[in-house]
Amino acid sequence: MTAVATVLTGRALARRRMRRRLLARPLSVIGLIGTLVAIAVALFAPLISPYDPAATDFGSVLAAPFHGAHLLGTDQLGRDVLSRMFFGARTSLIAGVLATVLGTVVAVPIGLVAGYFRGWVDTVISRLVDVVLAFPFLIIAVGMAAILGPSLSNVVIALGVGQIPVVIRVVRGEVLAQRELEYVQAETVNGTPSGVILFRHILPNISNAIIVQASVAVPTAIVGAAVLSFLGIGVQPPTADWGNMLGDAQGYLAQAPWLGVFPGVAIFLTTLSFNLLGDGIRDALDPRSR
Amino acid sequence: MSAPVLEISGLCKRFRVPRGAGGGVVHAAEDVDLRIEPGEIVGLVGESGGGKSTVAKCVVRLLEPDDGTVRLNGVDITHMSQRRLRDVRHQMHMVFQNPYSSLNPRMTVGAIVSEPMRRKEHGSRTATRAAAVELIERVGLSAEMFDRYPHELSGGQRQRVGLARSLGLRPSLLIADEPISALDVSVQASILNQLQRLRAEFGFSCLFVSHDLASVEFLCDRIAVMYLGRIVEVGTRAEIFATPKHPYTRALLAAALVADPVAQRERVRVPLEGEIPSPVRPPVGCVFHTRCPIAELPLCTTAPPETTMPTGGTVRCHFALDDRVN
Amino acid sequence: MNGRPVLGVTDLRVRFDTDDGPLLAVDGMSFDVHPGEVLALVGESGCGKSMTALSVLGLQPPNARVTGSIRLGGREILGLESRALRSIRGREIAMVFQEPMSSLNPVFKVGRQIAEVLRKHEKMSAAAARRRAVELLELVRVPTPERVVDEYPHQLSGGMQQRVMIAMAVACDPKLIIADEPTTSLDVTIQAQVLEIFRRLRDRLDTAIILITHDLGVVADIADSVVVMYAGHKMEQAPVMELFERPRHPYTKGLLGTVPRAGLSGTRRELVEIPGSVPLLRSAPTQCVFADRCAYRQDDCRAESPVIREIGVAAQVACLHPVEVVVRS
Repeated sequence: MTAVATVLTGRALARRRMRRRLLARPLSVIGLIGTLVAIAVALFAPLISPYDPAATDFGSVLAAPFHGAHLLGTDQLGRDVLSRMFFGARTSLIAGVLATVLGTVVAVPIGLVAGYFRGWVDTVISRLVDVVLAFPFLIIAVGMAAILGPSLSNVVIALGVGQIPVVIRVVRGEVLAQRELEYVQAETVNGTPSGVILFRHILPNISNAIIVQASVAVPTAIVGAAVLSFLGIGVQPPTADWGNMLGDAQGYLAQAPWLGVFPGVAIFLTTLSFNLLGDGIRDALDPRSR
Repeated sequence: MSAPVLEISGLCKRFRVPRGAGGGVVHAAEDVDLRIEPGEIVGLVGESGGGKSTVAKCVVRLLEPDDGTVRLNGVDITHMSQRRLRDVRHQMHMVFQNPYSSLNPRMTVGAIVSEPMRRKEHGSRTATRAAAVELIERVGLSAEMFDRYPHELSGGQRQRVGLARSLGLRPSLLIADEPISALDVSVQASILNQLQRLRAEFGFSCLFVSHDLASVEFLCDRIAVMYLGRIVEVGTRAEIFATPKHPYTRALLAAALVADPVAQRERVRVPLEGEIPSPVRPPVGCVFHTRCPIAELPLCTTAPPETTMPTGGTVRCHFALDDRVN
Repeated sequence: MNGRPVLGVTDLRVRFDTDDGPLLAVDGMSFDVHPGEVLALVGESGCGKSMTALSVLGLQPPNARVTGSIRLGGREILGLESRALRSIRGREIAMVFQEPMSSLNPVFKVGRQIAEVLRKHEKMSAAAARRRAVELLELVRVPTPERVVDEYPHQLSGGMQQRVMIAMAVACDPKLIIADEPTTSLDVTIQAQVLEIFRRLRDRLDTAIILITHDLGVVADIADSVVVMYAGHKMEQAPVMELFERPRHPYTKGLLGTVPRAGLSGTRRELVEIPGSVPLLRSAPTQCVFADRCAYRQDDCRAESPVIREIGVAAQVACLHPVEVVVRS
């Protein structure tokens, strides 16, 4: 009847379908490209930067962009803006990704336990989460950075901790749904211990939700890192960082407005790319969306 | 006479309804007595809210009974801890209703079927795999299904996988909770046939929970009828279907449709009036009396005794031995 | 069951373009329904019966392409623009779905939902609509209708909700009601009550009813004629008695054999099994769609897809080698 083509089954089929759906939407493709560009820039920053981002040159301070040796101009200390932009991508992405990884790794087991065992454990965890979520994310991050001191690693910790309550909520919700499904009940009837059920059976089935959550959390963390540096309690100069570049630019808005424009646009484009990619991943993973 | 595989006495399970949803207590199962002998298939029938699933889950200890006892092969498992239960769980297993959520989507068929054996017997990988393949074939699937994932299988095939999973450790009792309701009619037939064959081959007893009287009649040796959490009648297949004693059993049989237009349209259609009462406020005394065509007040507001009929079945009705039931 | 058909469907085809290629959900369905007739559309899941019903009302999913002819009382309604379709829905053709809880709006009282149908199509005043709503609830045998009219869906049981759905469907006295598995999710005793309501509607109001079901017991109880569907095709159509007594298509015969039959004859025979599962049609079939699973298959069954043809009185079958045995007397 029909021609026999090579039939993919199981995992391979699901992956190919996901890839196809991801690439089907132009916005997702844009997001994917933007994200890959940002990652590439961050990875190869030392290779592609024309200048040392920390090298000062008091001879050409506040040079205008597109006019001379410095493609994007120089800042108040004569440092090349383009090179600082490339290296800034590094700090932003490291902060964003590591913070998300930290938050996820800590929060997932807590969410699993809360959602599966319920009872007083769940009540305690949920109320704690509620309390923490009552505070604006930035207040917490600022508070932690103030206590820990300004540095990239402390930024990662502060942002990571800020993400924990949200991830706990997401994971807990997914677990609540899964535990009612009959395959989980079947495991109980099999005599499988709860720990094994949680980590070997339920966790793989909620991994999609966790991935989607993480892909949305990374851009939030990138912006959070930029804000902390902008306020002066994040990454410290002379390390190049979009946030502190923006902060420095405040004093020179009249003379050299480009100093604020470039890092701002960079933050905007990077976060936009991650967000579009995240949306695309979410739609591609959702079996119900067309 | 050998001991019954399953003996339930006075089983009670109650659920508290949250205040926001109206409050009160649902008597999902109340004073349930049931026995299953070795090799028997006992059907548990009734409509929604009747308590059949609750009883099934209490037997498998997915729920813990509030009152009464459950004895599996003579051992009292009513309040056993989950850890101690693991030593006896191999004697019973369950087949679930929903073929789409009863298999872990991330595990292959082979892994699903092997798991109980891996858990319990710790045999070599090859031995377990061979045993799993044999099981897969015995439930009517081809051996190559071993490496497939559930989403590649049809509903009927998934139910067969569920059957294979439950038989790995050769349980003496299989609890089937509406195993065919979610399947197409032609597939239902094949699963019923398969169940019958497997029972003959493996010799397990089975508690077959269903709302479909036709399949219960096809498969079961004895039948228990439940209404609002209580068992109202127990009898053999012949007793229940030819000479039902309880008015609810009769109403159920009268309402069940026969797939034969001549026979179906000749029947006197007197549909049972009214709705199933709220399980939070069951009627006082005999729970069926509000819809019962032969109820008499005030007699039926007292709890009816359990009458053992001369033929061996039991009926919970004030008029069990009365001729007016005919 | 007489006179001009209320609904005439000719060569209905519904086609989807999915991620995995085209899908022919319905491939050449034709049937008529007459006033006071209950036409049962029988088949297993995936056979296209629900899609047929949705297409009649123009409710098919947006990525579906529908061709053919659907005539309501002689007037072509396939391809009508939405405004015209909206005035037909509810007024001339009404639909009752399987899950009443998800078809009723949970935030509006039941009476108001019924009244809404009346006010929209018949332009009644609020008071008149409410009175009529109470009458309709009485028609479907809802006890204490004056009280129920002010209740919310979640306060009612499944059987009650389904009756409300039927009341809404009947509100404007439609010529045709399409009921998609209306009793599948109901308990047995409640199902009997709801089927009784459909019978009364058919007898009192002469409404035509298309009843979609997979339950042969429901068909035996209430249907006048039966269409058996498989993989988007009509396999057989016959008056109900004739279908059960003398099924002509091997699929029909198989379906009838899969039902456990009441018979206390001690001998436990096995039920008929139809191996395999309903296929998804991706392109116009080059062989009989049932051939792969057919116990009576012969060589020419794989060479062409049989066309539906008349056989006997008022019966049709799409099979090159129809079964000739009388199943029961």
